[in-house]
Parts: sequence; structure tokens; C-alpha cells
Amino acid sequence: MPIDILMPALSPTMEEGTLSKWLKQEGDKVTSGDVIAEIETDKATMEVEAVDEGVIGKLLVAAGTENVKVNTKIAVLLVEGESADALSAEKPAQPEVPKADADTPAAASDAAGGKARQSADEPSAVADSKVPAQPKIDLAADPDIPEGTEMVMTTVREALRDAMAEEMRRDENVFVMGEEVAEYQGAYKITQGLLQEFGARRVVDTPITEHGFAGVGVGAAMAGLKPIVEFMTFNFAMQAIDQIINSAAKTLYMSGGQMGAPIVFRGPNGAAARVGAQHSQDFSAWYSQIPGLKVVMPYTAADAKGLLKAAIRDPNPVVFLENEILYGQSFEVPKLDDFVLPIGKARIHKTGKDVTIVSFGIGMTYAVKAIAELEKEGIDVELIDLRTIRPMDLPTVIESVKKTGRLVTVEEGYPQNSVGTEIATRVMQQAFDYLDAPVLTIAGKDVPMPYAANLEKLALPNVGEVVQAVKTVCYK
Amino acid sequence: MALPNLASASGRKSAAKSATKLFSRAGDFTGKNSLEFGKEEDLHAYREMLLIRRFEEKAGQLYGMGFIGGFCHLYIGQEAVVVGMQMAQKEGDQVITAYRDHGHMLATGMSARGVMAELTGRQGGYSRGKGGSMHMFSKEKNFYGGHGIVGAQVSLGTGLAFANKYRGNDSVSVAYFGDGAANQGQVYESFNMAALWKLPIVYIVENNRYAMGTSTSRATAQSNYSLRGSGFGIPGIQVDGMDVRAVKAAGDEALEHCRTGNGPIILEMLTYRYRGHSMSDPAKYRSKDEVQKMRSEHDPIEQVRKRLLDKGWSSEDELKAIDKDIRDVVSDSADFAQADPEPDASELYTDILL
Repeated sequence: MPIDILMPALSPTMEEGTLSKWLKQEGDKVTSGDVIAEIETDKATMEVEAVDEGVIGKLLVAAGTENVKVNTKIAVLLVEGESADALSAEKPAQPEVPKADADTPAAASDAAGGKARQSADEPSAVADSKVPAQPKIDLAADPDIPEGTEMVMTTVREALRDAMAEEMRRDENVFVMGEEVAEYQGAYKITQGLLQEFGARRVVDTPITEHGFAGVGVGAAMAGLKPIVEFMTFNFAMQAIDQIINSAAKTLYMSGGQMGAPIVFRGPNGAAARVGAQHSQDFSAWYSQIPGLKVVMPYTAADAKGLLKAAIRDPNPVVFLENEILYGQSFEVPKLDDFVLPIGKARIHKTGKDVTIVSFGIGMTYAVKAIAELEKEGIDVELIDLRTIRPMDLPTVIESVKKTGRLVTVEEGYPQNSVGTEIATRVMQQAFDYLDAPVLTIAGKDVPMPYAANLEKLALPNVGEVVQAVKTVCYK
Repeated sequence: MALPNLASASGRKSAAKSATKLFSRAGDFTGKNSLEFGKEEDLHAYREMLLIRRFEEKAGQLYGMGFIGGFCHLYIGQEAVVVGMQMAQKEGDQVITAYRDHGHMLATGMSARGVMAELTGRQGGYSRGKGGSMHMFSKEKNFYGGHGIVGAQVSLGTGLAFANKYRGNDSVSVAYFGDGAANQGQVYESFNMAALWKLPIVYIVENNRYAMGTSTSRATAQSNYSLRGSGFGIPGIQVDGMDVRAVKAAGDEALEHCRTGNGPIILEMLTYRYRGHSMSDPAKYRSKDEVQKMRSEHDPIEQVRKRLLDKGWSSEDELKAIDKDIRDVVSDSADFAQADPEPDASELYTDILL
């Protein structure tokens, strides 16, 4: 049977083009790969190559014809043993645009092919707007801590170290890699003692090469290991963010569920003290935008321990944001053999009835101080520690807002597109009728972090701002 | 033979004595090779390379018809590289590459139907239509993608090698990248770690002379990519990537080097892509003569075909029968890829998290 040569689409956006020149004439023999015509597309002049072998039987579109639609029959190729006589009945072709109205599988395919080339501003068909509902995730509650469990005052630093050591004892596939994690015992001493217990095979000092070792970690995770990649700070992880987002977060989806990256990226995040703009940035809002990542940001030592253990066990990539200032702070940690907390579940730090504050990570330090002051003034605050930024435990926030009617968020990151503005938006959308005042968001100022002590203090949130915001939403 | 410790002058000389060839400059295809294939090896290489060629031609055609969207990078001309390497590899060795990946997938044994259906974005595709041309994977075939970010696969491949060493198995990671990616920073970060930790990885630079539209001479200060690891003590060999026998021989050496604990090695495959960078590339940056000369004098498939006929290992009719078989496989994959339904809408929210 003669083979139809169709007007090809030669770019992701091409819908029609000019057939500028025929390089083969009727009766010419062509083999696969021969250039038969030149076509001007929306981008460039392109050559059309023959795919099959044969003899050009008929040219159906004259050279110089403009606006030839994609998939129009432009020529007919005769294969071995066929004669041009068979083509006498062939009419100049009409544009064959993909049909969307037929219900055969083949026609449905055409529609699919054609649809990809709709321009972006074209309204999609009604049928296309039926987006399936996002599945709901059921979360486990925090495990019960048995009556009489001993609580041990532990620093966040020790809690993180204990979490890694326990998980490394439990699973041979867990290892930690990063700059100065082994011999130096950790730039912030988080990995102290791990080299001595687990050896250099599982506690791996890397060169200063964030982009490279993040990729090595993701590759190892794709191969089934469970790396903990320590960034000396998350500021340096910007060198590696391509591997975190494009490789770690997206592979499970892009592979149709075949392989993902069970990996933890952890390290101090946000402002430390007096280290200037390049070393003082909170990335919680950045990573929280990415589907395929989990983002954890603990405040207390118990949460740091229970959530890091959960992050290491999680089959997904987890960004675990710590804070240098919190490393030395002590909190009660239950003395249990295996204390694991659920990722994605907020913790009610203190119950209250007048107003809700939502915070996380170091933001909690401002909130905790503020609620003590507010209590003196007779304002009873419910304080929620989000603990996980993604997936976000909005139901807990909304339950609280339904009770209090007022909401203030507190974080250190930049104010635009912050975690707080995300919470405010969603509460407005899902609990509008329960709000008695606009949601206020307390964040860092909209400036790179200054070095001067006085300016740095001004750039960060402060307890007074939180107190004032709470009074404002209470109309006091 | 002994492997060169470094891609130094003496190292290169010793490699030159082997089946692999060295060139004074990239693109000097002399066609002389000492390693011979037997009949079965040539027939196998012929089939495998022809499958990739015909598959890619069909993919180009389906793209033109609008069945394949977005970007589509064809492997036509470079077939000997993946086929020769695959012939040298053993079960358990991992393969990872960038976005010109259809050939690699077929070479690892992934099904033509599954790959083509992914190209058309259908549910029967390897990623259930959610990955596309640049993002496909097969755990079963140890194919780790299919990556759209130039150079990212080099670090990831190094991580696969890290896992092999961690587990103490004797598998080797084979990481492909182009002459363009060879200028990315993370490639050298990876070289450094791989050499430092003696990771079992073969870095394969598929030097097809053009990073999209920029020729190597305009993009790189050192166009002998086999030397790119010398600062880290990584040996490198330039190989005639148009000759499947030379590729297989170099692959044998390189894999043995890695399996015996000597750390990474670089193979620079001197090759050529006949088509544009992607479907929308008119390839005006090179002359028609250059392409035509390569096709007529160095075509990897034609070389094998000629040998099969000259040696009397196959008749024209037998080769025609092979051609027909392969066309049937490819047509079947195209039919499947057009008839298979698009993924169900419920797939939108699956495979984001486990």
C-alpha cells in the first residue's frame, strides 16, 4: 500500500507551516533518512526526512504553500512493486486535523496528540476540568508515652545524634554523609561519636562539594540505600537544590512509582547570629512548595528525635530543617527504646481559648515567650507547633481556629510567600466563617540579613511584635 | 593488557595497542580495529542497533504526527555506543543517562512497546505516561533513567556506584553523558569523589561533537574528553564509538578495571548524531556534507551489515528477514502506543509520595 507522507509537527508548539521547497520530485527514489522537503515552522526552517524507502508517487502540496496544517497529506510514497497509476484517483489533500469527536480508540489518540499543541491561553475543554480530588492522608497520632516513663533533659543536638545512632543500629542501609561529619565529629557536633561506633564506611566525610554529594546521595537512595545527607548549613544546599528537587523529589512520579529516593537532607537552617546575609536564610517556605518532598522543622528535642527517626525510616525524600541556636537548648525527652513521631502531625504546645498562634522551629521561641506575657494580660493563647511544614496539618489549625476565631502565625523567614501566608490563605478559604479578625503573619523583615547587631535584631521577628499582633486580632 | 593508570601519553599508547583506538583529534574515524567479532556477536549487534535505528525513526514520525509531544531527542547515529557497552556489561550493572535515552532503554532490554507508549504519554508506558521521553526507568533492567537536567545523571550514577561499593557487590555503574554535560561542575565533583573512594563506575562521554548547536571546539578548552579525569588520576580512553567492536572491547577493559577495585574510568566515545539535537532543531550549525560523510563512511549499522555479507555470515535475504522482524516489532510498538489509552485521571495524584 502506498505510504502517506504527512505534514510533520517539528516543534512542541507547531500547528502549521510553510512547505517552502521540495527536494525530491515525483518519480524520485528515496531511502530512509533522505531529505525530501524543507518546511518553515514557527521556529526555523527544517528539513523533512523520509522514514520509509520507496519512490515519490505524487506531491500533493505545491512548494511555497503557506499555512499547511500539521498532519495534512503532502505526498504519497510508493513502496516496492507499486505503480503510480494506482494514485490517479488521489485528490489534493484536505488538512487532516485530529478529530476529537469520534469515540474509537484511534481517534481518541489523535485528540490526545492534537491537544498537546493547544496554545496555553486556549480554554481547556469542560471534560478536562474534572480534576480528581487530592487524596486525603490519615495521620497517626503521637504515640502514647506510658505513665511513669522517665523524662530526660536532652539538648536538641544530642537528640538528633541519638536518633541517627538508633536508626543506624537498626538498619544497615542507613549511613550519614557530609562535610566534617566523621573525623571532625560534625561542624556543629551533631554527628559526635558516630564515626567511632559505625566506622568510616557508614559515616562518610565528603569533600566540599554540595551539588555533587547531594547527587551521590540521591543515586545511592535510588539504589536502595538510606542516606542521611548533612549540609553544614542549608544555605550551602542551594548549590544542591537541583538534585533535591529535580532528582530526589520528582523521580517517584516520573518513574510511575518504580523508584524513588528514601533520603534525608538535614542540617541547620535559618539565621544563626551575626553571620550576615549569605549564611542566614530560612528555606522552609522554599522546600514546602515541592510535591514529592516532606519538610520537617522541629522545635523541641523530643520532636527532633522522634521526627528524625521517622524521617530516616520514611521511604520518601525528607528535608529536615534544624536550627543552630536551638541545638544547645534542652527539653524533656521520654526515655523509650524506640520513640518515633508521625511526620505531618502538628503538636498542640499549649491549649487555650482566646486566640491561636501557629509557629514552628525557632519561631516557637518567640511564641512561647509571647504567650507567657499575654497570659499576664488575661489572653489565653492556644499555641500550635506545626513541626512538619509539608504535608501540613491544616486540620489541627482549623480545629483550633474554629474554637478561638483568631489566628497569628510566627516564623523567621521572609514575609512574601511565607509559610504563614500559606496558612492564612488556607484558613481564609476553609474557615472563613469562623474568623473574627484578619489573620496576622509575623515573619522576618523583607531584607537580606544585615550584619550589624542592631540591624540584625530589627530584621528578625521579636516577642513584642507577636504580643502586639495577638492583641490586634483580639481587638485589645 | 594492562590499563593505563593515567590518560598520559604512555597510558594512551598502551590503550592504542588494544582493540580500542586513539585519535589525534576527535572525529578522526579511521575504521581500523584489531578486535574481531564472531558471527553471533555481529548478528546480535546488528539486530540491536537496527532496533534502535528503526525505533527512533518511528518515534520521529510519530512526533511529526503529533502523537509525541514536548521534547524528543533521537539517538540515530550513536547506536554502537550503547549496544557495544551493553554487550560488555553483566547482570546487575546499572545504567543511567540523560535525555537522549531511548537507545539506552532498548539496549538494556526494556520493551519497545513500553518505551513508545511512554513517548505518546499512555498508561502502558514505563512511567504510566507521567515521565515522557526524558524520564523513564526500569528497576528490573537496572536502568536508572532518563534525566532531563544536563549532568545530574553523573552525580546520580556515582551514587549508584557508591551503593555497589557500600554493599560490597561487584556491580559497576555505567553513567553516560554528552560532550555538553562534560562541562558541568557536578561532573568534576563526582569525578573527585569517585576517584577518592575508588567507586566502580564507567563514565562514558558520548562525544557527538555538538552540545545542542555548539560544537566542541566552541565550547571546550580541552576537547579530548578522555583526559578530563587526569586531574583526579582517572584513566581515560578514546574509542571509535561508531564501531561496535571497539566499544565492546573498551567496555570489557573498563568494566574489568572497575570490578577489580581500581575505581572509575572514562571512555570517550567518538560518535555522531545524524539528527538535530531535538525534533525542533534544524541543525544549521553543521554542513550537510559533514552529516552525509559520516553516514556514508562510518555508519555503525552499515559497518556490521557489510561485514556480515563480506564474510558470508548472512545473505541479503537473511538480513532482509531481520529487517522485517525489527520493523514488525517497531510497528507493533507504534500501534500499541497509539491505541493504548491515556492514563486515568486518578493517576494525577499517585506516585507523589510512598
